[in-house]
Amino acid sequence: MTTPASTSPGRVFSALKDAFLAAIVALALAAPMLGFQVFVSGTEIQLEPRWWLVGYATAAVFVGRLIFRLVMGGDGHMPVGQKWFRRAGGRPLGTPTSGGLKFIAVVALIFAFAFPFLPFTDRYILDLAILVVTYIMLGWGLNIVVGLAGLLDLGYVAFYAVGAYSFALLAQHFDLGFWFALPIAGILAAFWGIILGFPVLRLRGDYLAIVTLAFGEIIRVILLNWYDFTNGPDGISGIPRPTLFGIPFDRSSEGFAATFGLDYSSQHRIIFLYYVILLMALFTNFVTLRLRRLPIGRAWEALREDEIACRSLGINTTNTKLTAFAMGAMFGGFAGSFFATRQGFISPESFTFIESALILAIVVLGGLGSQIGVVIAAIVMIGGFELFRDLEQYRMLIFGILMVTIMIWRPRGLISSRTPSAFLHERKQISAENVSEGHG
Amino acid sequence: MEYFLQQLINGLTLGSIYGLIAIGYTMVYGIIGMINFAHGDIFMVGAFIALIAFVAIITLGITFIPLALLLVLIIAMVFTSVYGWAVERIAYRPLRTSFRLAPLITAIGMSIVLQNYVQIVQGARVKPLQPVITGGYTIMESAEGFAVNLSNIQIIIIGMTFALMTIFSLLIAKTTLGRAQRACEQDRKMASLLGINVDRTISLTFVMGAALAAVAGMMFLLLYGVIDFYIGFLAGVKAFTAAVLGGIGSLPGAMIGGLLIGLIEVFWSGYFSVEYKDVAAFSILAIVLIFLPSGLLGRPEVEKV
Repeated sequence: MTTPASTSPGRVFSALKDAFLAAIVALALAAPMLGFQVFVSGTEIQLEPRWWLVGYATAAVFVGRLIFRLVMGGDGHMPVGQKWFRRAGGRPLGTPTSGGLKFIAVVALIFAFAFPFLPFTDRYILDLAILVVTYIMLGWGLNIVVGLAGLLDLGYVAFYAVGAYSFALLAQHFDLGFWFALPIAGILAAFWGIILGFPVLRLRGDYLAIVTLAFGEIIRVILLNWYDFTNGPDGISGIPRPTLFGIPFDRSSEGFAATFGLDYSSQHRIIFLYYVILLMALFTNFVTLRLRRLPIGRAWEALREDEIACRSLGINTTNTKLTAFAMGAMFGGFAGSFFATRQGFISPESFTFIESALILAIVVLGGLGSQIGVVIAAIVMIGGFELFRDLEQYRMLIFGILMVTIMIWRPRGLISSRTPSAFLHERKQISAENVSEGHG
Repeated sequence: MEYFLQQLINGLTLGSIYGLIAIGYTMVYGIIGMINFAHGDIFMVGAFIALIAFVAIITLGITFIPLALLLVLIIAMVFTSVYGWAVERIAYRPLRTSFRLAPLITAIGMSIVLQNYVQIVQGARVKPLQPVITGGYTIMESAEGFAVNLSNIQIIIIGMTFALMTIFSLLIAKTTLGRAQRACEQDRKMASLLGINVDRTISLTFVMGAALAAVAGMMFLLLYGVIDFYIGFLAGVKAFTAAVLGGIGSLPGAMIGGLLIGLIEVFWSGYFSVEYKDVAAFSILAIVLIFLPSGLLGRPEVEKV
């Protein structure tokens, strides 16, 4: 990569100059914010200077930028990694063949089913796995709306909340169990998807984004303030746990352990929850993959690529968009019900905008429309988030930096190629560069 | 009547702040067609820099308030601009030729970064500031003794917003930079063929937006007297709503949208319920967009086949 000619004195000099400029910017950024800390003592407000921090930050930026320029070459504008992560044949990593993808999917599936019984799996790891699979399911649900139909939805968490609260309230008032409430919650979420869908059908792109964001906030504010119905910020607790065909997971004589002649272990319930969410997620994936082959799925993809062409061909864009919204919302609702039953307690705090952003980030980072990409992105994001648990304060910061870096490194997401649903003779991967993205 | 008038004044004050933030959104959207999601947090950074500058200046012994405020204003605008510039340079420029969702994700990432950066370096607790500008006028008083007050800070906020609006409109309409911006807005490739430095024009757009957000941040600080690291999110969403309401890409539209959102919010809290003021603002947005999909002053999008 760094040829001898590229480390000529002129190059080093220009890198030094660049690093110096970057350091000046860093100084300006750091001087007020890092340089002084505001603290309140009594009624007085005072400043405490911390100049050494500014020094560190500036020096770090200088050194970092210098190394970056010397190693990377070029002017630093190009996306990092495009050059490093290229295979010998010139095909960038992350454009795997269909066979390769299928192989990965099968291995991942076997691993996922065997996971609870692997030797290193303890309660903590299993809990984390449940969380990751929940996000995979949400990612797959949102992928229908954003990845397939190309409708930018920044308020997906609203449907997650509708699902969770539907189940919680049905359980509280009508004493319904998880399995009975699950389809109702899904239907209610889908219904809300249609309610939201109607007014926004005429909107395009970013207008749609902002209205969906607003909708997500509206739902949260209502949950927070409609005290009689939702119990406001206190949330709803005592949500029933799911049962296995009526067999509860407890110590009683009708419990799971007693029925199957096992010693009671609280682990059983966790393993059961893991399989429930895994099957729900796989169901989402299965439905999505099948829908892509139906006329409606093809209409979604056509809509993403070109709305005007779609209309010219006589596709009813209204119905197409509405079904996409409803389908995505329904899976969000399912995931929400699962969340409620797993936690046993829900409050509006769990349904903030940051959740929507996280799910959208998983979909986009994974590669729009790519099912396996969502899996990888969910593992990286949620796993990475958990990895930095000890750095309580810094982990959101690291999370944000990660989001920015991955996106700059691979703007098209981790799996950026696209497998066409309709093809002539042979299914070929389309590289990301040749795919235009939806504008609606 | 008196109550109405008071709410009108309060709404205009709040709306001015939203309008100033909205201009940043609308300019960036006009020129590169992306939602600068981190703009609300730039506003928050501006408020923090203003607070730090204010305390520093008082500590240095400058007690003549107008001078101190002017210095704070300049410092906040300059340093916040650097933040605006850096965000564009780090997170948006490498993705300019990429597809349109990519910069949106980095923008959300940048917003998370800024929020947590400020939370870590300045602490999560709310930062109060004693009222700096006091006094005001009583415009009228009803028979029951309800007085309509127009405080000095409200006069300053509304006055300064209109002054800045005039300056910026002139800047866009008359100067070379403004012409370059409008050219980039219409056709970036053609503009660069005609010798306009597109990168620099876009950077300057971000700098201008950040400077206005800094002013808004400072006003927010002076008006409410408390800030924390999280004020950027809601203010940002409201300001973006304002920009969309006014017709995104239109400068006067952003200002009108801001004022409308401010008025809706204040009147809703004044006459109905405080809890649902955000719901009211967002619902109005949805309703306006259903009937006027390109906002109040926006040009309808031309569909080319």
